[in-house]
Amino acid sequence: MAAPATALKVEQVAVSFGGLVALSDMNFTVGEGEIVSLIGPNGAGKTTAFNVVTGFLDPTHGAVSYRGTALNGLKPHQIADLGLIRTFQRTSVFPNDTVYDNLLVGLHRQGRVGLLEAILGLPRARSSQRRLRERASELIERVGLERRANDLAGSLSYGEQRLVGVALALAAEPSMLLLDEPVSGMNASETHTFVQLIRNIRDRGVTILLVEHDMPMVMSVSDRIVVLNYGRIIAEGPPEMIRNNAAVIEAYLGQGAARA
Amino acid sequence: MRTVVAILTVVAFASVPLWLRDPYLMNALITTGIFIIGAMSLNLLLGFTGQLSLGHIAFFGIGAYVSALTSLGFDAGLPFGFRIVHEPWPPIIGFVLAIVVAGLCGYLVGLLSFRVRGAYFVIVTISFAEVVRLVALNWVELTQGPLALTNIPSITIGMPGLGDLTLRTKLQNYYLVLAVAVIAYVLISRLVHSHFGRAMRGLMENETLAVSVGIDVTKTLTLAAVISAGIAGAAGSLYAHYIRIIDPEVFAFINTVTMVIMVITGGKGSLAGPVVGGMIFGLLPVFLRPVMAPEAQWIAYGGVLIVILFVLPRGIVPSLAQRFAKRRSRVEAVAPVAFVKRDAKEHA
Repeated sequence: MAAPATALKVEQVAVSFGGLVALSDMNFTVGEGEIVSLIGPNGAGKTTAFNVVTGFLDPTHGAVSYRGTALNGLKPHQIADLGLIRTFQRTSVFPNDTVYDNLLVGLHRQGRVGLLEAILGLPRARSSQRRLRERASELIERVGLERRANDLAGSLSYGEQRLVGVALALAAEPSMLLLDEPVSGMNASETHTFVQLIRNIRDRGVTILLVEHDMPMVMSVSDRIVVLNYGRIIAEGPPEMIRNNAAVIEAYLGQGAARA
Repeated sequence: MRTVVAILTVVAFASVPLWLRDPYLMNALITTGIFIIGAMSLNLLLGFTGQLSLGHIAFFGIGAYVSALTSLGFDAGLPFGFRIVHEPWPPIIGFVLAIVVAGLCGYLVGLLSFRVRGAYFVIVTISFAEVVRLVALNWVELTQGPLALTNIPSITIGMPGLGDLTLRTKLQNYYLVLAVAVIAYVLISRLVHSHFGRAMRGLMENETLAVSVGIDVTKTLTLAAVISAGIAGAAGSLYAHYIRIIDPEVFAFINTVTMVIMVITGGKGSLAGPVVGGMIFGLLPVFLRPVMAPEAQWIAYGGVLIVILFVLPRGIVPSLAQRFAKRRSRVEAVAPVAFVKRDAKEHA
């Protein structure tokens, strides 16, 4: 199989907060249509890496590019415009709106009509509204939340809120999706359904970068895995290789386990 | 249902002059109406973006001064020996300029403060109002300072085929204020139900998430500030041409507080909230006047505010709407059970 074209390229990225080095010299790439996971013990720098890629944090050093466009200095909403959309670990919904209204907010990038058109209620604005409503219903169906569509997002279970978060990200029509610990707080069957959803999204041509703690889930879904520890990459490769990598086992289980 | 209520409300307000002849009450209704327009504009910021403008009266006052000066004309000195002389223009042009200039000020204040937001926005708006008040007080050549701008002409509307109509009477001004209030209400309603409005709500509820789906924070909030300030400017212009005299006291902090109270009691983030809250606090002085000195009235306002927020913590309109919705859903939830029980009895 020929290697896919590079979608995301992270080169020599370093981030330090004052004296604390959160990331040092991080290099990795994600190919078009790949599912790549970023794993590592707590505090290894996974979320920091995520924040750098999506523009929520400026790297101290290094460069990130997506499909050849340099992302340095761009604001998060400008990066979103390039098709790079993320989900969040904790705050994944607009809590005081219904699931349906959440998606209408999420469809912001599709609904752009002129201010005057919107205020005067011109036909173009009306038909655009109608399209958005249809699209919102489609997305709710796609993540399987039809029965919760009219409930306040804040009243949903943890796992369901995660699904709303993913639907919100999909609403922005990403060409690459970054998921930050999407299955934490989900039970086994919810996780299973979620893996299918991720595969389904990828099969529609969306590249996926995943940060996750759930090892069985990561092993089953990823094409490649990048392992971080103390802000540096200690291993990279397909799941089988990572499973048997001594450095990775040591990082997760300690030195004794690696030697045993 | 909502549209029916809205139309009935407008018809009810439009019919008031038919049965109300008391000029004092008409006057109270007109000034209340003007303040309600101001409160609606404040609600656009406070209720739909979560940003508290504690200098909102500045936009109102700027609108009043711009409109008054446009229609009165002025001759004022500028630094470096320049002079600016302006011949009087029709008040209706003053009304338009009031909206434009106030909106422009909203843009500048928004641009300056929305990079940081929250408490900073509150402080910037308070300072802005105070600076504008000091300018109005001290640039005597332009504003007459504490001597006030007097003899401001009434608004004249050119009617095609009917000639010019000058709105001098209370009746005419009542309908003018009502018309502007309805337009402002519809404008705000359309705006908050458009995708701009959804972007504002998204930012208020979860800014990080809103940004991640591609919403531009500065642009969205600045837009809200411009429209809000423009509407406040329109209200200020109506005020200037109705009262026909304005002095720097129009910028007093207490006027902003009054608008904030109207929005909070009525219910921020609800379109009808400022109207309900505005009617209560606009007309309260009328009913309290026979029994209380003006100073004592402020204590009564405080009491009313506390009672309303204690009983209806989210403001009158949202709290009542919520209770109504709850009762309806309870009826729906209970009904099937009741039927089942009756069926069971019949079978027994």
